[in-house]
Amino acid sequence: MSADAPAMLALDGVHAVYGKKIRALKGVSLEVRAGEVVALIGNNGAGKTTMMKTIAGLLKPEKGNILFQGRDLAGLPPHRIMRMGLSLVPEGRHIFPRLSVMENLEMGAFSRAEKDLSREYEHVFHLFPVLGKRRAQLGGTLSGGEQQMLAMGRALMAAPKLLMLDEPSMGLAPVVVDKIFEIIELINKEGVTVLLVEQNAKRALRAASRAYVLETGEIVAARDTAALLKDAAVQKAYLGLN
Amino acid sequence: MHFEQHFQQIVNGLTLGAIYSLIALGYTLVYGILAMINFAHSEVLMLGSFAALGLAVFAPTFFGASPLGLAALFAVSMAVAGLVNVLVERFAYRPLRTISRLAPLISAIGVSIVLQNAVFLWISTQALSFPQPGVSGQVSIFGASISALQLVILGAALGLMALLHFFVEHTKMGKAMRACADDFATAGLMGIDANKVIAITFFVGGALGGAAGVLYGMNYGSIKYNLGFLPGTKAFTAAVLGGIGNIRGAVLGGFILGFLEVLASGYIPDGAQWRDVIAFTVLIVVLLVRPSGLLGEKTAEKV
Repeated sequence: MSADAPAMLALDGVHAVYGKKIRALKGVSLEVRAGEVVALIGNNGAGKTTMMKTIAGLLKPEKGNILFQGRDLAGLPPHRIMRMGLSLVPEGRHIFPRLSVMENLEMGAFSRAEKDLSREYEHVFHLFPVLGKRRAQLGGTLSGGEQQMLAMGRALMAAPKLLMLDEPSMGLAPVVVDKIFEIIELINKEGVTVLLVEQNAKRALRAASRAYVLETGEIVAARDTAALLKDAAVQKAYLGLN
Repeated sequence: MHFEQHFQQIVNGLTLGAIYSLIALGYTLVYGILAMINFAHSEVLMLGSFAALGLAVFAPTFFGASPLGLAALFAVSMAVAGLVNVLVERFAYRPLRTISRLAPLISAIGVSIVLQNAVFLWISTQALSFPQPGVSGQVSIFGASISALQLVILGAALGLMALLHFFVEHTKMGKAMRACADDFATAGLMGIDANKVIAITFFVGGALGGAAGVLYGMNYGSIKYNLGFLPGTKAFTAAVLGGIGNIRGAVLGGFILGFLEVLASGYIPDGAQWRDVIAFTVLIVVLLVRPSGLLGEKTAEKV
């Protein structure tokens, strides 16, 4: 990716408050360019999820601009932002527990006008064959890994331009995490830009080409992942190396 | 007692139960999506019956013996009740939604009082006679003679429940409604406009309440500004009994309550006077044993 490609998503000095008082984001600026996989790493409570929620419209920024393909998102409701091509797979997956796997996927395509979505379903079942075997099962009865796959498949049903993943590996067995990161790479190759939030920094830095480090609501580092992996401070704080 | 009399009691229970079920659905749909009890629902039901009466008075040709006229009467009354419910949500609940959970509840009680008084002051303080539809006479089933009107009431109620089932289970908007009931914020992330889904839910719930109001008028032959209170309260209890938020639970609870009342008045000496006491006692006992209601389940969400 060339460094001077125009940003697909650009945050400029974004402030956000979490709950009533907690100042979770204190002037965050970052960029995601078309075609990239960008990782955002940071400890628990650094503000990663707040940032994702703010971009997706679940929280309103106090200050600052959020531009997606040149259009300002600040203050738009989630369903309008999503319809611009920006999908969030939320932390904790949040599949619809009382809807079947098929219905969950159908909801992912809610914004699409087409009646015939058989190609989209096929694509999702190709990426996640296990979902194809569980079509009629209720979402709430799936295992954690299957729910993560369903949450990703559901987001892909909308054919997003930018896919934001919040802690996709949380609570999953290593073999499932491998599978999830394989799919992220595959989706990206198919042309979907990815913004990835992870506590599992090692994984995230391997999957991404660039990364930002968020600490108590502020970006403290922004670099190519190769450089970040060599950074002594990052190694110490996030990779468990000395 | 002869078989025919028992059969008559069963039909009575079904008819009453069907009306309660229709009303209970309005409570449960709204609760399912907003976790709020729409205390104005009993007035929406009352307005549905007044809309039908108005139509019968000002456009009597509609209200004839023809099934088409009857269908039109239902459609208009349901649309009026649904629309009232939508407006109530838009102006009395939505602005309060984010303030506190209690605020919309209090607003609902206020709306209920306002609507009742509006009808009391502007339309009539007295009971008005509700014209009977062109359905009369008795039908003989299994040797028992059942009033044709009861069969119409039962048929209309069951037909509407079947329509609701189809809407909720098989249409895109129905699925979006269930998605919102499961997880509001995430439904937004799917591109679902939560406010639109809420409005549609209030419309559907209000329309069912309006239909119940028309059936109520037909069943009792007269309507009054405060007619909604008792059936509304009972249907709300029926919804809780079945498991509030659960659609099948509302139907089940409505029929159980209808049968309890009919059994009490039909089989217990002086039962007619005690039927509300008996019905509510059973409800309280059931809720003590199963606080989530008969079908109120919580699907465990794995994390």
